[in-house]
Amino acid sequence: MQTFNFLKPNRDNIKNYSIIGSILVLVSLIDVISNAFLKINLTFFLPGSLTYLFPLILGLMGLNMMRIDYSGNKTLDLLNKNINTNNFNALLTLLILFSVIKVLPQSLSWMILDATISGDSKDACTGTGACWTYIKVWFRRFMYGMYPNEFHWRINTAFILVIALGFVGYFMKENLKKYLALYYVIIYPVIAYLVIYYLISGGSFGLQWVETGAWGGLSLTFIVSFFCLIFCFPLGMIFALGRRSNLPAIKYISICYIEFWRGVPLITVLFMSSVMFPMFLPEDFFMDKLVRVIIAITLFEAAYCAEVIRGGLQSLPRGQYDAAKSLGMGYWKMHIFVILPQALKLVIPGIANTFLALVKDTPLIFVVGLAELAGMLALAKTNPKWLGFAMEGYIFASIVFWIICYAMSKYSYNLEAKYKTER
Amino acid sequence: MSDPIIKIQNMNKWFGDFQVLKNINLEVEANKKIVVCGPSGSGKSTLIRCINRLEEHQEGDIIVDGNELSEKTKDIEKIRAEVGMVFQQFNLFPHLSILDNCTLAPIWVKKMPKKEAQELALDQLKKVQIDDQANKFPGQLSGGQQQRCAIARALCMQPKIMLFDEPTSALDPEMIKEVLDAMVSLAKGGMTMIVVTHEMGFAKEVADEVIFMDEGMIVEKAETKEFFANPKSDRTKLFLSQIL
Repeated sequence: MQTFNFLKPNRDNIKNYSIIGSILVLVSLIDVISNAFLKINLTFFLPGSLTYLFPLILGLMGLNMMRIDYSGNKTLDLLNKNINTNNFNALLTLLILFSVIKVLPQSLSWMILDATISGDSKDACTGTGACWTYIKVWFRRFMYGMYPNEFHWRINTAFILVIALGFVGYFMKENLKKYLALYYVIIYPVIAYLVIYYLISGGSFGLQWVETGAWGGLSLTFIVSFFCLIFCFPLGMIFALGRRSNLPAIKYISICYIEFWRGVPLITVLFMSSVMFPMFLPEDFFMDKLVRVIIAITLFEAAYCAEVIRGGLQSLPRGQYDAAKSLGMGYWKMHIFVILPQALKLVIPGIANTFLALVKDTPLIFVVGLAELAGMLALAKTNPKWLGFAMEGYIFASIVFWIICYAMSKYSYNLEAKYKTER
Repeated sequence: MSDPIIKIQNMNKWFGDFQVLKNINLEVEANKKIVVCGPSGSGKSTLIRCINRLEEHQEGDIIVDGNELSEKTKDIEKIRAEVGMVFQQFNLFPHLSILDNCTLAPIWVKKMPKKEAQELALDQLKKVQIDDQANKFPGQLSGGQQQRCAIARALCMQPKIMLFDEPTSALDPEMIKEVLDAMVSLAKGGMTMIVVTHEMGFAKEVADEVIFMDEGMIVEKAETKEFFANPKSDRTKLFLSQIL
């Protein structure tokens, strides 16, 4: 590397070197940007292959000139420490920067500049960009599925009611706080079920009956996720405790349960629940397909929850059990007041993980004919009037799912921060 | 001579194939203070953990306050509520404040009204001189303060017997004194105490009897003065010469 040595700065000349270096990097960036956005090749005078490598070489030289152990300049030190530690990292930095710059104009023009959103049929989409008209026209279907348009207010009202009920816990009086867990585990799901049953299903109070087959879209995603989340957590807790029980019967039942559900794929479980399960039921016994699917997913995810919670239980020191026992607490008091509050706090990240996976697993209910958001997309994609817009649909769905999941993970971070106490 | 409050007869205990306690016989009368000492691994912690059945014994009888401890003992919680215990690692509940640590068991086990429990807890915390820390969390306290809180927590159950499992072994030398002071004043209040400790100064000051254990057996059991003045067995002499 003899040739490069003259480019090495020291503390005395770092100022000049860093100015020259940053000019070189800037030139290389300008070259790539002008190439990507304006389609002008600034280095047209160079022979073919060198044109491509030119900005890279220039950038590397610039970064190399700026590299120094310690300069005293905060920005420069930060740069050197994080993205410019050696030639290889400098190369990676430049490559990533250049690729982003290269990709940006195309995606921008496809998604926004050349995109169409006006009109209400496929004919409006004549440009080369994305056809957001498709999303606009199908928006209600994506949100509510095949649910009749004139009844959409019923779904909206039901959701607002359920969300409002969820906040009741925050406003409970001090002397009712001890029933909080009872409320969220038993009362709340029951009320939510009744609200959804009477409002969305209808059939009484003068509301027209809408069968669950017509439900769909994002609202169905929410309904399935909501009930599965709220039921799988307490169930998982029971099996986690069961697996650690001293009573052999309970212990082995829990182990069998967990290992069984963890061992089968969700898609087969869903298939079983809708195809096989009704065969074993008596003729006159009817259980709705949606209910069966919710039960299936709940049982499935409960096994995962159980293992996550068991991890938390196992990480508590034995002294906590000893101390609780020595104060005369029995099994339930010890777990409710001492063990579970600590263990659950520890497993918030793991539980959030499981819950996110659950939400993203809901599209699988498509195999039994229930079309939630991704399912609706698959239906819309094959509509003869709207062929060829799968890309727009999937981008839309990924954005929606990302927003839901990001909100959930943010919430879990908040919970973690809220319940953080020093050990 | 009154009836013993703790009576252990021919007790044996195994961990797997390894016999940790061999033929233990011990009687403790009410209001007596017993110090148990001995090298590590001699089974002294296991012995006192057996007294409130945190460990199960396989042979022999343990009778605490007239109740025999065995697999058939149904309301072991009731007996444990009568027997307070302080641990080497404090074992405070880290998710609860100092005050809540102390009121949890009285409220939920003894069904004491919340207000009464809080008054009792503050009273006990005052006795160990940490009532000004009542609203802090265990993680914010020093080791000595945590151990004193653990003592207060055990006392809030108003136990008849207090067990101490090496209460000062995890503490800095400076903090040992404050914990020992709390224990001395408790002893002077007339509590029945069994203390596993290496603090021979404490033993000389408050103990009625000292028990020396080695290899799962009670090697020597004597009145405090007698124990330190002329120990009988060679093993005890060796131990004392090393520790004093």
